[in-house]
Amino acid sequence: MSELTTVAEGDELPPLTVQVTRADLVRYAGASGDFNPIHWNDRTAGAVGLPGVIAHGMLTMALAGRFVTGWVGDPAALRSYGVRFTRPVVVPDDDEGATLELSGKVKALTETDGVRIAKIDIVAKFDGRTVLGRAQAEIALPG
Amino acid sequence: MPDESWVGRSLDPSDPYQVSRVKIREFATAIGEDSRICHDVGAARAAGHPDVVAPPTFAATITMPLIESFLRDPAFGWDYSRMVHGDQSIALQRPIRAGDELVTVIHVDDLSTRAGSHMLTLRCELTDADGAAVASTKAMLVTQAAS
Repeated sequence: MSELTTVAEGDELPPLTVQVTRADLVRYAGASGDFNPIHWNDRTAGAVGLPGVIAHGMLTMALAGRFVTGWVGDPAALRSYGVRFTRPVVVPDDDEGATLELSGKVKALTETDGVRIAKIDIVAKFDGRTVLGRAQAEIALPG
Repeated sequence: MPDESWVGRSLDPSDPYQVSRVKIREFATAIGEDSRICHDVGAARAAGHPDVVAPPTFAATITMPLIESFLRDPAFGWDYSRMVHGDQSIALQRPIRAGDELVTVIHVDDLSTRAGSHMLTLRCELTDADGAAVASTKAMLVTQAAS
């Protein structure tokens, strides 16, 4: 993580691609307690007008959060994080699932009580289109 | 029609939520978080934490069932079956960790109706057993207004 000592505004985070399968949705449903059937049942998803089963917004948010904390190497370093859910991630019933492409950039660097804080603008894309709006995280940098 | 007199009010504090190592590991695994400090007590302590650490969005997982039971209460007049999650933010004073007993207070910050949709902003303040602030989450939820 030595490169983190020289982080500058405008730096790009190493991009991350995550596959989200139906199995991942089932696992997240159990872990989070969100058993809304639009996240696992095609009939329910279709009945409410969705193109298919969609990922939990909070799972997409969690994966984009992991993208940022993974860059720093510390899930305890995140100070604040916010997103808007602008478009659903449709997860087909196959082995590959949906592909989520995560990228991000250092928007600003500040210092609070001797701790360097990086403000990160996050872009999360599915099918070439963004699924999170105004996605921004503040994370403490080591050292 | 949701009851607008709720705006500016807060609900009674929740029962304490006991954060367990098992639940943190389960949640970390579900989001593909393999950092040792989320799974291994020794690794968490070596990094200066008293116990395994929850990934940041775990905070919202604690609050969601509380929000659901409030919104399913017919007294509030909210159509839960057609609800969509509009946005979510989380601010952490410190990481949530195993052994925490967290009390949540839900605050009804805002409720408005626009273009046939009700938009509700709920803020949750989480405090530990000493009463210290741990996390603050804010969710904007949308449901269709009855036509």
